[in-house]
Amino acid sequence: MLLNEPHPLESRVLTRRYVYPQKDAIGIDQYVSQQGYDGIRKALEMTPEAIIDEVKKSSLRGRGGAGFPTGMKWSFVDRKSPKPKYIVVNADEGEPGTCKDRVIMEHEPHRLIEGCLIAGRSINSNRGWIYIRGEYRKYIDIMDRAIADAYARGFLGDNVLGSGWTFHLSTHTGAGSYECGEESALLESLEGKRGNPRLKPPFPATSGAFQCPTIVNNVETYSAVPDIILNGGDWYAGLGTPRNGGTRLVCLSGHLNRPGVYEVPLGMNMLTIINEIGGGVWKGRKLKAVIPGGSSSPILRAEECDIPADYDSLAKAGSMLGSGATVVLDETADIVKVLSRLMAFYAHESCGWCIPCREGTAWLKKILARLDEGVGTKNDIDMVDQLATSMFGRTFCALGDAAAMPAMSYVRKFRDEFEAKLNSTQVFVPAPQTQPLVVL
Amino acid sequence: MTFSPELEARFARLIENYPPGRQKGALIPMLLYAQDEIGSVTPELLAEVAKRLHVKQVEIEEVLGYYTMLTREPRGKHHIQVCTNVSCMLTGGEELYAHACKKLGIGNRQKTADGQFSLEEVECIGACSWAPAMLVNYDFHFNMTPEKLDSLIDSLRKMQ
Ligand SMILES: Cc1cc2nc3c(=O)[nH]c(=O)nc-3n(C[C@H](O)[C@H](O)[C@H](O)COP(=O)(O)O)c2cc1C
Ligand code: FES
Repeated sequence: MLLNEPHPLESRVLTRRYVYPQKDAIGIDQYVSQQGYDGIRKALEMTPEAIIDEVKKSSLRGRGGAGFPTGMKWSFVDRKSPKPKYIVVNADEGEPGTCKDRVIMEHEPHRLIEGCLIAGRSINSNRGWIYIRGEYRKYIDIMDRAIADAYARGFLGDNVLGSGWTFHLSTHTGAGSYECGEESALLESLEGKRGNPRLKPPFPATSGAFQCPTIVNNVETYSAVPDIILNGGDWYAGLGTPRNGGTRLVCLSGHLNRPGVYEVPLGMNMLTIINEIGGGVWKGRKLKAVIPGGSSSPILRAEECDIPADYDSLAKAGSMLGSGATVVLDETADIVKVLSRLMAFYAHESCGWCIPCREGTAWLKKILARLDEGVGTKNDIDMVDQLATSMFGRTFCALGDAAAMPAMSYVRKFRDEFEAKLNSTQVFVPAPQTQPLVVL
Repeated sequence: MTFSPELEARFARLIENYPPGRQKGALIPMLLYAQDEIGSVTPELLAEVAKRLHVKQVEIEEVLGYYTMLTREPRGKHHIQVCTNVSCMLTGGEELYAHACKKLGIGNRQKTADGQFSLEEVECIGACSWAPAMLVNYDFHFNMTPEKLDSLIDSLRKMQ
C-alpha cells in the first residue's frame, strides 16, 4: 500500500494502527479489537453539546483547506430544526499536491465511518454521504465494503448499537471535477447537478445538502474525531500548538529524497519536515522554494521556511497550511513554468459560473504561457499581478482566490526569474495543433 | 435497456441513498457506473437514466458536459491517463506524457485505430507523493518512468 516506511519523528495517532507494509485495509474485527468504535460507544452516552464541546476543546481545524475550527462549525447547525440534518464527507481530494485522504480510506476505512457516526450524533443527523472523487474507484470499493460490514455489525443502520438512533451512510462517486471539492459545488453535485458553487450565506450549516442543515468536512477531519472523543479534547489539543490542535498528515512531494505521506504534530518546523522526514532535497541540491499547503497556497522562498508548520504560523508568513500538501522545489526548478502549469490547471477547472474567475484564469493561463515560452513582455509580468490582485476576493467561490494567490506570490517573490525569461533567446514555436481524431 | 444484474442491484441501492423525491442525486454515480459497463454515455443510456430518475434529458446533457470522466464517445479499452500537474511535472510527468504520445502514436483525448488504447493528459490524480503517476482505467501506477510505461503498454497489448 501507499504509506512510506515510518519515520521516528512522526507522531502516529491517526495512523497508529497502520503497519508497514500493510496489504489490506484494516478489517472490522481488527478495528473493533483495537478500541475501534469505542469512540461512538462513548459518544452515545454523551449529549450532543458535550460531544461538540470536546471537539471544540481539541482545537481541531479543518484539514481540507480552509482550516476552520471544526467544533465551531458543528455548533452552527440547528440541532432542533425539524428538517433532516446531514453529514457530508469531502473526499474529492483534488488540490494538486494532496494525496492523504486516500491513505486513510485505503488503510482504515472504519475510522472514517466512526468519525461520521460521532459527527452525526452531535447534530442529530440520520444520514451521511462520503463524496469520493471518481478516479478513486478502488477506495470507493473499500469504503463500500467497510460500510456493509459496519451495517452487518450494527454500527450503522436503524438502531446503532442498540441505542435506538438511526444513522445511514453511503459513498457517492464524483466524475472528474476539481471544483466539486468546494463544499457548495460538492453539494450541488451530490444533488445530481453541475458542480457550480452556491451563494453564501446561507452556509451549509443552515442550508446544505438537499437544502437541509449539513456539515461538510474533510476525510482527515472526521478521522481525527474518534480519538478526540476517546482521549479527550485537551489531550488532542496538547499534541499540537495553541489553537492548532493535534497531528496532521503531510503529503510531501516534488524534489525530495523521501516523498510520501507522514503524520506529524501541528507546529513541527517546516525544515525538519523537509530535511529529516522527507530526507532532504534530492540530488544533493539546494532548496529554492516550498509550496506549503497545496497548489493554491502562496509560495515560500527557502529562507522563509524556518517556521512551525501550523495554521497560524503559516498565515503569519503570508501563506497557508491548506490541505497539508507540501511541494518542494529545488534550485533548478523553473518557477515560471510551474506557475504556467498551475494557471492552465485553474483555467481548465474553473466552472465558468462567475466572470472574474472564468475570464481571469483564462487570461492568466495565456499570459503565463507567453512568459514561459519566452515571448512575454515586462508589461505581462505586471499584468499577472494586477489581474490576480483584482480577481482576489471577487469571485463567487474560492477557486478564483486559489488561482490568484499563487499568481501574486510567484511574480512578487521571483520577479527576477520572470524577467530572466523575457530575455531568453528561446524562439517561440507554437505547439503543433493536433486536431483530435475523436473528440472524447 | 437492460443492464447486468450487478449494475441493476447497484442502481436499486443507489436510488435508496437519496431523500424521497430527490433521487436525482443518484444521477452522476449512475451515469459513471453505467458508462463503465457499456463504454460510453449513449443516447439510449441517456434516455434510460432520464426515465428511471424522472429527470429531463436536458438535465443529463448539462451534467455530461461538465464532468471530465463522462464521455459520449467510447474510449480505448485501456484508457491511459497521465498526470502532468505540479508534483508530477517536477518529477518527469511531462516527459512521461510525451513518451506515451510517441509510444501510442496518438495525442491528447485520442484513441488508437484498433480501439485498444486512448490517451488523456489529466490534472492531479491525488498521487503526488508517488509522482509521476498515471492511471489505466481505474488502476494507479506510481513512480513511473518511460521504461516502465513501455513495459506496461507492451503487457497490456499482449493481454488482448
Ligand atoms: C476550489 C476548491 C477546491 C476544494 N477542494 C477540496 C477538496 O478536494 N477536499 C477538501 O476536503 N476540501 C476542499 N476544499 C475546501 C472545502 O470547500 C471545504 O472548506 C472543506 O471541505 C471543509 O472541510 P474541513 O473544514 O474539514 O477542511 C476546496 C475548496 C475550494 C475553493
Ligand atoms: S500532481 Fe500528479 S498526482 Fe498530484
